[in-house]
Amino acid sequence: MKIQLLQIAHARSGDKGDTGNVGIIARKPEYYSLLKKYVTEERVKKHFEGICFGNVDRFELPNIGALNFLLHHVLGGGGTKSLKNDAQGKTLSSVMLRMEIEIEETL
Amino acid sequence: MKEKIRIASGQGFWGDLQTAPIDQVRKGDIDYMMLDYLAEVTMSILQKQKLKDPKLGYAKDLIPLFDEILPDIVQKGIKVITNGGGVNPLACRDAIFEVAKKHQIKNLKIGVVFGDDILGKIDSLAEKNIFLDNMETGEKLSSVRIDVISANVYFGAKPIVEALQQGAQIVITGRTTDTGLTLAPMMYEFGWAWNDWNKIASGTVAGHILECGGQASGGNFTGDWKSVPDLANIGFPIAEAFPDGKFIITKHEGTGGLVSSATVKEQLLYEIGNPRNYITPDCVADFTSIHLEDVGENRVEVAQVKGREATDSYKVSMAYFDGYTAFSTLTYAWPDALAKAQKADEILRARLKILGLEFDEIKTEFLGYNSCFGPLAKNADALNEVVMRIGVRGKDKAAIERFGREIAPLILTGPPSVTGFAGGRPKPSDVIAYWPALIPKSAVTPNVEVRSI
Repeated sequence: MKIQLLQIAHARSGDKGDTGNVGIIARKPEYYSLLKKYVTEERVKKHFEGICFGNVDRFELPNIGALNFLLHHVLGGGGTKSLKNDAQGKTLSSVMLRMEIEIEETL
Repeated sequence: MKEKIRIASGQGFWGDLQTAPIDQVRKGDIDYMMLDYLAEVTMSILQKQKLKDPKLGYAKDLIPLFDEILPDIVQKGIKVITNGGGVNPLACRDAIFEVAKKHQIKNLKIGVVFGDDILGKIDSLAEKNIFLDNMETGEKLSSVRIDVISANVYFGAKPIVEALQQGAQIVITGRTTDTGLTLAPMMYEFGWAWNDWNKIASGTVAGHILECGGQASGGNFTGDWKSVPDLANIGFPIAEAFPDGKFIITKHEGTGGLVSSATVKEQLLYEIGNPRNYITPDCVADFTSIHLEDVGENRVEVAQVKGREATDSYKVSMAYFDGYTAFSTLTYAWPDALAKAQKADEILRARLKILGLEFDEIKTEFLGYNSCFGPLAKNADALNEVVMRIGVRGKDKAAIERFGREIAPLILTGPPSVTGFAGGRPKPSDVIAYWPALIPKSAVTPNVEVRSI
């Protein structure tokens, strides 16, 4: 079935220079395995095509049912150099949660 | 030793909710309050203010705040720790002493932590082969040296603990890590050893949760934001810390907002990199060890935090001048709102070209459509209205100024149904770029000075 990440996760994003970080958290403990299985670095890089111009790194936090992503070159230079409305990546979390994934499991 | 201490977050950045620290002092019991005022760009702004007036260079909001809360904190014995001293913590201390005199408060001890400002030492450090090259890109500092405006070392909790040991009720610091402001009272009150890495990591995690104020207690919460009650009266987070390293995140009774494991999880993930290596001057905390549990209404217990030995470097935050930017916006209405805005952008860019103006970058976004979502934006036809936001960046200030004169004419010479040009011509702003570096801990020593009136 096709689901939107928003259904199974919540998120927070922020900045460090030109890198954005997006943490996504499973809404229920059992959803963490879905995040881990389907929200891969490759999938995220593809989703952020045209927004993120660098690599994507993924880190796992099974203790809180969360993944943390670093999106490099995503903020138009970052800080006061950036001409973006969202120079600090505050809404990258929303962009992430809009992602659709095709899962084999049912919710 | 106290059985527990309550450390309140009063401010998450310079410009945060003005009533929050006052509520923290008055709406319940606390032992400490930490106030974080410094973002990466803030130091350079403060450095500029100090250049104009040697008595400035700190977070000026602190003075009216202390005017309001000083009698309360003296009466209740609450200790306040803040990095709002910016690039002039001694002047900040003197200004607070003036407030104390006004309120006829005697025997107030204020500690100041300074020595983090190494702007005047960059060249002498280079002579000792400490070059402060960019720790992320590897670029040489010499490429921007002439434009450097500020350079500050991030100190940790240690010098704050020294000030507390000397009896300070208020500690004013320059560039201290946000987390150190919260860790320090735990180190001081519980007498933890400086190599008790798990406990230091626990205090550091508490600091990370408190450092953004209301963002841990229901603000900016994507989980179930509609369910967060009474954000108009949001209570900022409080860490109730215990000698064994465990702590509980909560907020004052009767305040709005929400403290739950979900709100705390979101804040834990805010602006972190590799969760196993959360590096501060005090330790390396492992965020994958953190155990969270809801233990009551608006009470979340944080336990089992693991940490490792601190590195032998301090981080240095530098800022350098890197040209100018200017921004402007125009609003276009249905029908064809987006098409009109795109046409206006096309016309504007053509005019800038005819004028021979050159910029390092021109960026146009359409607010209401794609400024957050970029190529993922959908349903352009359904837009009632859209805001064209255009920004330019470059080294030539005259070109940036000239850009500012080309916006208003679009209203009568461009696509129709346009409004929203307010605030006059956009003016150039300085671009202050960020330059992170590392410095050996042995190369800088924090200064601690405690005085009383």
